[in-house]
Amino acid sequence: MSSIDIIGAVSIITAGITIALGSIGPAIGEGMALARALGAIAQQPDEANTITRTLFVGLAMVESTAIYCLVISVILIFANPFWNYVLSQVG
Amino acid sequence: MEITPDTIIIFQWNGVHINATIFFTWVVMVLLIFISWLATKNLTIGPKISRWQNFLEVIVGYIRQQVREITQQNPDPFIPFLGTLFLFISLSNLLVIIPGYQPPTGSLSTTSALAICVFFAIPIFGIAKKGMKAYFKQYLEPSIIMAPFNIIGDFSRTLALAVRLFGNVMSGTLIVAVLLIITPLFVPIVMQVLGLLIGQIQAYIFTVLATVYIASATRVEEKLEKIEQKEGSKEDE
Repeated sequence: MSSIDIIGAVSIITAGITIALGSIGPAIGEGMALARALGAIAQQPDEANTITRTLFVGLAMVESTAIYCLVISVILIFANPFWNYVLSQVG
Repeated sequence: MEITPDTIIIFQWNGVHINATIFFTWVVMVLLIFISWLATKNLTIGPKISRWQNFLEVIVGYIRQQVREITQQNPDPFIPFLGTLFLFISLSNLLVIIPGYQPPTGSLSTTSALAICVFFAIPIFGIAKKGMKAYFKQYLEPSIIMAPFNIIGDFSRTLALAVRLFGNVMSGTLIVAVLLIITPLFVPIVMQVLGLLIGQIQAYIFTVLATVYIASATRVEEKLEKIEQKEGSKEDE
């Protein structure tokens, strides 16, 4: 395999692994947070506004790790610096 | 496939390139200014108010109420900054329904600029409220060992703000672009509706996070105010 094949294959495989592994943790975390928030709302419906707002902020915090993984994999596929470098070397 | 509207050149003149991000940011700014000018042209406090004034009063009233609930303080000093952030992000995500429009928030440059505004607004509001000494003293909480981590935290939350908004909006447009290749009929519309919803939620979250950070920087007098409020309400009873 030439270096261009290796870089292409490794970039695509890594992009897939990144988004696959990177979405597991946030998905579990968001599910747990949502379950606890629903339980809290069921116990105290009067506090639903505060709980929902805090839940949204918390979910955004948790989700940002998944977004980082998404950005990394998108960069690997669409704007890969090593790929561009190899292409410019090959001509 | 474009992952950022920065690379789309709308027009160029004497080597000055105006890309899609700048152009559509100007469009959103002009729209916001024009609508506000139209609505505030003949304000009235009488019982008969115009539709535009009613519309803006609902929005501003809701933002005020949210900021008041989160900060537990008088929201007036924060409203010009936080309200502008929310209105700008919300409108620039909402205009996606217009064909040919590229959301400026889908570019890392725009979101970084907004996040850097928040980064500088936090110490400005904090120092204005608590004074220079008390503000910088909170970096030494709980002990001086934690000072580097507090400073890193300041930078990392700015980065997180920028990348979160960029990633969400960019992934929305990217998913629609990918779906247009696979199933061009109807399915992209569903994802676009989801993208609209996500855009509004992200505008809300960006504003709420900025509010939370500013609230935490201006917290010291909050407890006093809260106690005063409670005592006041007790006296009322």
